[in-house]
Amino acid sequence: MDELLREYLPVLIFLAIAIGISVAMLLASGILATQKPDSEKLSAYECGFEAFDDARSRFDVRFYLVAILFIIFDLEVAFLFPWAISLGKIGLFGFWSMVIFLGILTIGFVYEWRKGALEWE
Amino acid sequence: MIIQALAFYLFAFVAVAAGVLVIASRNPVHSVLFLILAFFNGAGLFVLLGAEFLAMILVIVYVGAVAVLFLFVVMMLDINFVELRSGFLQYLPIGGLVGFILLAELLVVVGGWVIVPEATSVAAAPIPPIDQVTNTEAIGRLIYTKYIYLFQASGLVLLVAMIGAIVLTLRSRAGVRRQKISDQVARRPGEAIEVVKVTTGSGI
Repeated sequence: MDELLREYLPVLIFLAIAIGISVAMLLASGILATQKPDSEKLSAYECGFEAFDDARSRFDVRFYLVAILFIIFDLEVAFLFPWAISLGKIGLFGFWSMVIFLGILTIGFVYEWRKGALEWE
Repeated sequence: MIIQALAFYLFAFVAVAAGVLVIASRNPVHSVLFLILAFFNGAGLFVLLGAEFLAMILVIVYVGAVAVLFLFVVMMLDINFVELRSGFLQYLPIGGLVGFILLAELLVVVGGWVIVPEATSVAAAPIPPIDQVTNTEAIGRLIYTKYIYLFQASGLVLLVAMIGAIVLTLRSRAGVRRQKISDQVARRPGEAIEVVKVTTGSGI
């Protein structure tokens, strides 16, 4: 148990350094930089987009389809990790059980490919 | 050991604080971002428990996919969220009921451990000691052979989800010109150009 956690110590150190650097950058820019706020600095110059606007506008439902398909294949990949590790123990039966699982999802993959769900136009 | 305790309190505190902020923040996009923070801290807690696989899945699936989907839904809904909040008191009883049921279930599980600590060893598949078999391998030894029907059923559920998402949201637009590479490659000079004899002074 302790040995397991010791392997994660670099991750913790990395996390601490990342938090430290980001806090330092925010604080340093707040303290050191000269700040002269002006409403004209944020407005669009002659034409163009407003720099700060409401981000919540409607967008195409196709982004949602891409996200759903991504999640499904993400879950499929999540099943592959324990399989890859324990392949030596579960033998041929476990191997073919995963092959059938992948086969079922390949049917779905072929379906979405043929339907054109992967194309963007 | 002290680092472990410190890390536990850090992760637990940030997870609880982020959880409170999920329901307290006014902007729903901020809520989703705090939810992602809570997921990350939950992953940290799982690592401290020795459940590496759960931690990685939490990061890959929940942070990488589900939270992104939440963001999508929040951005897609064109709702006035101030108006949505006005029914808060109206939904308080049913929300409280759901919270109470979850708390009761947690108490049953934890109470089972406290009353009969050896209950986990008589389960259908007792947890192997973590210093001999890693978490990921222990689950891998079970789900592909012993629980193969459930495993294949999960594959079918994913297939249904995939087909359902395509059937519900795929719209083909009329009048879109696509590049057909096979047509372009199969084109011969004879079809593409035509040689016209033009007599002098008459034009085509």
